[in-house]
Amino acid sequence: MLKDDKRLSMLEEFVKEHQYQKGALLEILHKAQELYGYFDKRLLTLISEHLNFPTSRVYGVASFYNFFKLKKPGEHVVTVCMGTACYVRGVEEIMSAIEREFNLERGESTADGKLSLFVTRCIGACAMAPNIVVDEEVIGKATKEAVLERIELLLGGAKAETS
Amino acid sequence: MKLAETELDLQRAYEHRINVCCSSGCVHFGALKVLKAFEDAIKEFVVQKECKVARTGCVGTCSVGPAVVVEPGDYLYQSITPEKAREIVRDHVVLGLPLKNLLYSNEVFFKKQRRLVLRNSGKIDPLRIEDYIAKGGYSALVKCLTKMSPQEVIDEVSVSGLRGRGGAGFQTGQKWNFVARAHGSPKYIVANLDEGDPGVFANRILAEADPHAIIEGMLVAAYAIGADKGYIYIRAEYPLAVQTLKKALEQATSLNLVGQNILETTFKFDVELRLGAGAFVAGEETAILASIEGLRAMPRPRPPYPATSGLWRKPTLIQNVETLANIPLIVLNGGEWFSRIGSPKCTGTKCFSLTGEINNPGLIEVPMGITLREVVFEIGGGVRDNRAFKAVLVGGPSGGCLPETLLDLQIDYESLTRAGAIMGSGGIVVIDDKSCMVDTAKFFIDFCVEESCGKCSPCRAGLLKVKRIFEGIMRGEGRMEDLLILEKSGVYIREASLCGLGQTAPNPVLTTLRYFRDEYASHIVDKVCPAGKCFKNEKEASRT
Repeated sequence: MLKDDKRLSMLEEFVKEHQYQKGALLEILHKAQELYGYFDKRLLTLISEHLNFPTSRVYGVASFYNFFKLKKPGEHVVTVCMGTACYVRGVEEIMSAIEREFNLERGESTADGKLSLFVTRCIGACAMAPNIVVDEEVIGKATKEAVLERIELLLGGAKAETS
Repeated sequence: MKLAETELDLQRAYEHRINVCCSSGCVHFGALKVLKAFEDAIKEFVVQKECKVARTGCVGTCSVGPAVVVEPGDYLYQSITPEKAREIVRDHVVLGLPLKNLLYSNEVFFKKQRRLVLRNSGKIDPLRIEDYIAKGGYSALVKCLTKMSPQEVIDEVSVSGLRGRGGAGFQTGQKWNFVARAHGSPKYIVANLDEGDPGVFANRILAEADPHAIIEGMLVAAYAIGADKGYIYIRAEYPLAVQTLKKALEQATSLNLVGQNILETTFKFDVELRLGAGAFVAGEETAILASIEGLRAMPRPRPPYPATSGLWRKPTLIQNVETLANIPLIVLNGGEWFSRIGSPKCTGTKCFSLTGEINNPGLIEVPMGITLREVVFEIGGGVRDNRAFKAVLVGGPSGGCLPETLLDLQIDYESLTRAGAIMGSGGIVVIDDKSCMVDTAKFFIDFCVEESCGKCSPCRAGLLKVKRIFEGIMRGEGRMEDLLILEKSGVYIREASLCGLGQTAPNPVLTTLRYFRDEYASHIVDKVCPAGKCFKNEKEASRT
């Protein structure tokens, strides 16, 4: 999958631009995630070969930062803001409702790969707390009902498309 | 500068200017559609020549976004939709009749604020350097390069009494002196925009609203300490701020304000953006250096301090972006002027993200020395839904929860630290009687456990131990002795941790124990949560 891929040449070009410098690892990881969406073992190995250090070190850095995803995200992504303002305004209740309703845990995806539930530390819209991001769309001053309905609509829509 | 004059003439040609707040808060709620609607409407009513629509940064009233300001007169409209946008153009711009029912009517929100750092926020288009220059931007740089020696610049900053806005509150002038006198070259500047605190967004809004103020501050600092390379370290989670800064750097470079031979002098300074990747600890000054070098953001022991051995072991000045944005004002108006703002020991202003259960959440800037009561009850308009005030959390996840009795506390570094909180990066979260303080403290401990880099054991193992005790209390298995253990562990973690994260992580626990001990007691002795928040799952489980 990695070999005959346009993304690969783009990544290699980017690494070359940074003159294979080890110090540019973070930039390269950002680029790789932008291209591939997440890191699997092959991608991490590839980066380590290009920069000439052990894969463990690349994994060490990638796993240290929350922003880098090491698992493939689902088709639809619900991101719950767990910033202080959202927490104070009761986002936990919405979060548990999503977990119960769609039978998945935070940080995980459903078995069919349709839905992922992620936590973010703050989207910076605290005045509209609690905030939930469904795919790219932000639901501000969110209520349990509105969010569940929105997700169901999304999943239902996806089902209708595939059937 | 000539450019300022041309731009001002250009702006004077318009009778009206409509500023649409397009910072990330308002954009989430449709500001870009509103912007488009205004552009369409001025065409529809054929007032393109009289009216300018500008995309600006944050006005501050984030709870009623998208916010729109119509100049002259600074009419602030709230919760604007594309339909309302058309009405504003029709009635206000064309007929000259402001729409009173759409105006933001809360005078108190702005009354006690003083906007220095946010001077241009909501007034200029951050994507146009001409707007910034027209407001006097980059004239501080010109003044430095033409009329002041580097030492004079440092002295001016020292006189101002400006202290680091990143949280620790170190004297900025003194820091500049250290780096200026340090041996080694090149010297670096790092602008810290790694605002990892959940619930804090002041730095991000500054970058989105007025990126050139940060860049100019860096340039002045570079001239003063003799640095030739700077990095702006910003969270990748802030895409709009990243784009805005990128564009600003391009424009500054094309006008020869950044790069080689700046403004035809021998002064040179390059600036590069570096993206963080969501690690709270990366805001710590030695961890940020590791991250820029492409490593895990783990702090290292000090000394040596970054001032003598920072990025790639060269002398490095690390400064929060809010500190930097103050610098042009100090250069232009003098340190004397700045030192008269705020309180004597703690000069200037501070930006806060004011959030939580409050009527007027938003981005505020207040003079130092203002009381918490003024911020919460006057600017913030008090607690939402007329509920009872319980606590105010100052300083982010490693800040402190302060009770009503401490509301008359003045906001400055020392008073906050004495009360058990910290200035931090400027988060104020109001908590009402619906929240349980034990649960709140646990929320922050969970956060710090997750974000601990794991290098030193007091923070790594100590916080985990604290977390376990909390879990016990919340299961109803707590003992009163646990509180003493919590207190002891908290002090131990605070004293023994390597960096700021560990040193401040116990603050929420220690302050809730100090001010809300009875809530802990009722969890432990009566197995009851006064706010009705904890023990809920068990109840639900036993019911089913």
